[in-house]
Amino acid sequence: MNSKIENIKKLSVSKPLKLDCGKTINNFPLAYETYGNLNENKDNAVLVFHALTGDQFVTGTNPITNKEGWWVTAVGPGKAIDTDKYFIICANVIGGCMGSFGPKNINPETNKPYGLDFPVITIKDMVKAQESLLEHLGIKKLLCATGGSMGGMQLLQFCSTFPDKTFSAIPIACSSSHSAQNIALNELARQAIMADPVWDKGKYCLKNLQPKNGLAVARMVGHISYLSEKGMQEKFGRKLQEKADYEFSFNADFQVESYLRHQGYAFVERFDANSILYITRAMDYFDLAKQFKGGLVKAFENQKTKFLVISFSSDWLYTSKENKDIVIALNSSGADVSYSEIVTDKGHDSFLLNEPEFLKTLKGFLDSMYEKFKNEKRI
Amino acid sequence: MKNSKMKKEFKVIAELLPNNTRVLDVGCGDGSLMNLLKVNKNIEVRGLELDQDNVQKCIMKGLPVIQGNAETELHQFPNQSFDYVVLSQTLQAFYDPEKVLKELLRIGKSVIVSIPNFGYWKVRIKLLLFGEMPVTKTLPNTWYNTPNLHMCTIKDLFNFCYEKKIKINKVIGVNNNKTSLIKRGNLEIKNLFSKLGIFLIG
Repeated sequence: MNSKIENIKKLSVSKPLKLDCGKTINNFPLAYETYGNLNENKDNAVLVFHALTGDQFVTGTNPITNKEGWWVTAVGPGKAIDTDKYFIICANVIGGCMGSFGPKNINPETNKPYGLDFPVITIKDMVKAQESLLEHLGIKKLLCATGGSMGGMQLLQFCSTFPDKTFSAIPIACSSSHSAQNIALNELARQAIMADPVWDKGKYCLKNLQPKNGLAVARMVGHISYLSEKGMQEKFGRKLQEKADYEFSFNADFQVESYLRHQGYAFVERFDANSILYITRAMDYFDLAKQFKGGLVKAFENQKTKFLVISFSSDWLYTSKENKDIVIALNSSGADVSYSEIVTDKGHDSFLLNEPEFLKTLKGFLDSMYEKFKNEKRI
Repeated sequence: MKNSKMKKEFKVIAELLPNNTRVLDVGCGDGSLMNLLKVNKNIEVRGLELDQDNVQKCIMKGLPVIQGNAETELHQFPNQSFDYVVLSQTLQAFYDPEKVLKELLRIGKSVIVSIPNFGYWKVRIKLLLFGEMPVTKTLPNTWYNTPNLHMCTIKDLFNFCYEKKIKINKVIGVNNNKTSLIKRGNLEIKNLFSKLGIFLIG
């Protein structure tokens, strides 16, 4: 796996980045991937921000895991975000574990992996790091930037920090700040990892180990929150896992148990436990209004970007109400904003699934924005 | 909808609106009116629409639209944030039309409201001579499936504005392709012969 990591696209960001925590990092790696071709006018670039456990491999086959890209439903030839038409860029967030600067990296001062010596990062830090990538690729203004969940939060931060960098933006199933419930769920995930003795205050990486049990439980928490009550009931109900009756044991009798165990233990093969701690922390610290002394409207002042906010009716992690609050703030700031609530039982996960109404809306907006952007550039 | 087939009502509304203004279309449907205003009059349009299919149609045309219910979600628009707010033939379908109208007047510096006229002669005859709830081109539903909860006549809305001290700037009666200006003096006769009333108020 490590040799494969060496072969992926990486930018060494030389520009010093002052983090919110006060520390400054420089010459750090930012791993990224691109799909499609940038046209001559450089007006077809779409930046995708990934979610908590995502990475830069949006579509096609992930060369590290050999699995399908995480957004293969929406991105690809002829898909809503059409790789035949658009140039799609995605970077692994800093703090992550797919090649970008993260707690797995070697600390030059100790010649050992950073572990918990890695600085605490924020959504704003992640976004600033990715802006360097646009500079590197020679893109002055994106056609569109999009992302779901934490990707949506990065996008809101991106639009607020760099108001002229994208013509349009599609935040999906996200929030302008983490709610108490969001923080509580993340804390549950972190506590699960930290309770695993293998974790050893983050030093497991020195011993080439991984706190698999803790990390798997953390992932299970996530998976419950990504589904809706109704969706889960329909998918699993009380169905038993390949057996006629209860075993009167603590094995996975129910299909839902088996599903969670499978998801949990598959995850540990591709993700780093410390990265989960750092990224969930960044999400919890995210509060766009706080950066502007309580005024979310101020965060979007003088926005020229055209927004489409999308939420899912059964999403209880980032509810329609939270998404609508973003719309209200954008509206109040006078920004050009559209909003659509997709009716579905699939919960927060919907943005990753084949939801026809969602994908049609995504495509309709992006294509219409491309026409507008081309015309604007011509004038 | 093609421009040639554009509803007369939309043409009248478009004529009432000055170029280069900011307009909110409440219940914007598939965006036909918004598109007309944007293309022909360089108006900065925004729409509010409940129906998912219609929202998608607007988005595909590149028209900014917010999916939501006008009855409950107008509060999200700041005071006097639009030059005009347009409400086409839906006032009668709200639970509380008075509250909605007040909200529209809060959001827009002026408001354009159109209503299917329950005072139109064919409507009156249907009820008077046949004793049946009227079904016409402007009122296509039957009593049990109509979304209209608060039918009113041009005269009713005229009097309502007067009672509530809402300034009436202009009232236009529409009958097929003919339009006419409605004033106090011709209200009775126009109330009888207009299928539709378009009010510019606030």
